[in-house]
Amino acid sequence: MPQELDLFKAFRNPEHIKAIAKLIKQEAKTKIRMMEVCGGHTHTIMKYGIPQLLPDTIEFVHGPGCPVCIMPKERIDHAYILSQEPDVIMVTLGDMIKVPGSHGSLQNARSKGADVRFVYSPLDVIKIATQNPEKTVIYFAIGFETTTPMSTALVEQTVKLGLKNVLFHINHVTVPEVMQELLESRDEQVDSYNNRIDAFIGPSHVSVITGSKIYEKFVKEYKRPVVVTGFEPVDVMEGVLMIVRQINEKRSDLENQYKRSVTYEGNTTAQTLINKYFDQKDLFKWRGLGNIPKSGLKLRDAYAYLDAEKIYDAVLPKEEIEDHKLCICGDILRGMAKPTECQVFGTACKPSKPIGSCMVSSEGACAAYYKYGGALNK
Amino acid sequence: MCLSIPSKVVEIDENNMATVDTMGVKRQVTLDLIGEPVEVGEYILIHVGFAMTKICVEEALESIKIYEEIISQMNEGEIDAEEGDMNYASRA
Repeated sequence: MPQELDLFKAFRNPEHIKAIAKLIKQEAKTKIRMMEVCGGHTHTIMKYGIPQLLPDTIEFVHGPGCPVCIMPKERIDHAYILSQEPDVIMVTLGDMIKVPGSHGSLQNARSKGADVRFVYSPLDVIKIATQNPEKTVIYFAIGFETTTPMSTALVEQTVKLGLKNVLFHINHVTVPEVMQELLESRDEQVDSYNNRIDAFIGPSHVSVITGSKIYEKFVKEYKRPVVVTGFEPVDVMEGVLMIVRQINEKRSDLENQYKRSVTYEGNTTAQTLINKYFDQKDLFKWRGLGNIPKSGLKLRDAYAYLDAEKIYDAVLPKEEIEDHKLCICGDILRGMAKPTECQVFGTACKPSKPIGSCMVSSEGACAAYYKYGGALNK
Repeated sequence: MCLSIPSKVVEIDENNMATVDTMGVKRQVTLDLIGEPVEVGEYILIHVGFAMTKICVEEALESIKIYEEIISQMNEGEIDAEEGDMNYASRA
């Protein structure tokens, strides 16, 4: 064990970044469009101005990996409406605070008197429920595979402790299904399948849970290189270099840059927990992308008695809310357009008043362009 | 929202709760999702109150060593803009 390992410093070290940038400049000969699937990567790429350090041959396609951004408005409306029900305490993670639905955000609901609480951990729900036995506590669960096991841990505690006043509104989504959707979608300009994504930078912490094995299909069937990559800027630079080398060598392999935290099998304890309590939904609607088969999770039938969507079925609207006509988020997420090509980008659509999904949180492509725009004029 | 913070375990109690140090800030997380023993002094990734995995220090050091090697090769002129193969082993 080293004396005091600084896991931040080494992976943010400007000397390391510059050295790898030099290698990429030397080696990147052909045009490569690589998708960073995860919003955490989008954030790192923008925050550290990584596009500026790379040659013009490297283009990032910003993926749909921000669970807050892709949440359709009708589900945010569910949260708002549930918060208005008598004797309900609505609980969710802080990421959901400002996301606007048709009636406003959960923050707005709270300012109008609803009991809405933003917690650090799903397990905080247990304390809230035991302290308020006369109330129904509804946990609005969001997130990709990274956060799903923490929600299932709360389901397990609810069952084990026999808590009668905790319900769940499940909005967990999964990465492989949306990656496949992006590759299978039609590109009308060339009348073929989407060919705008040459390689994938694989998510960091989704992969910690799932293991890198979930990307096998993309390297074998779709012949796209996948490099699971950490979130720090040095990680991203190395991930880019590994993709450049795969393309140069005409390989499509599954590689792991983030070996310090990701294994092939992943966290099997977490996977078992997820499978015990959750099942795939037939369809889940993604804001900007529409319905994607098997891309969302729900409570298994044995635990349907904990499902707020079933218990409050009578008050929850079922109508779908269409994306705004001028919004081109779907094309941005498929690599077919850049945020700056959108008519409403930065004018009618801003982080303070988002029209489309990519502007909703700082992990969305449009919000990142808006915030760090000066670094992206390339 | 998938961000996760590397933290050092400073204490573990009988309820499988760990006190961790995250850049000088102490907080409590549960180790229930970790399917292997965790010891004081080890590094873990934490996310919304849970440890997700142990961080393999050997792999982290291996990465850092490779970065330092690239820099020293550059300083020694072994790598320059005209050169093709950078003598940098692919880390598949």
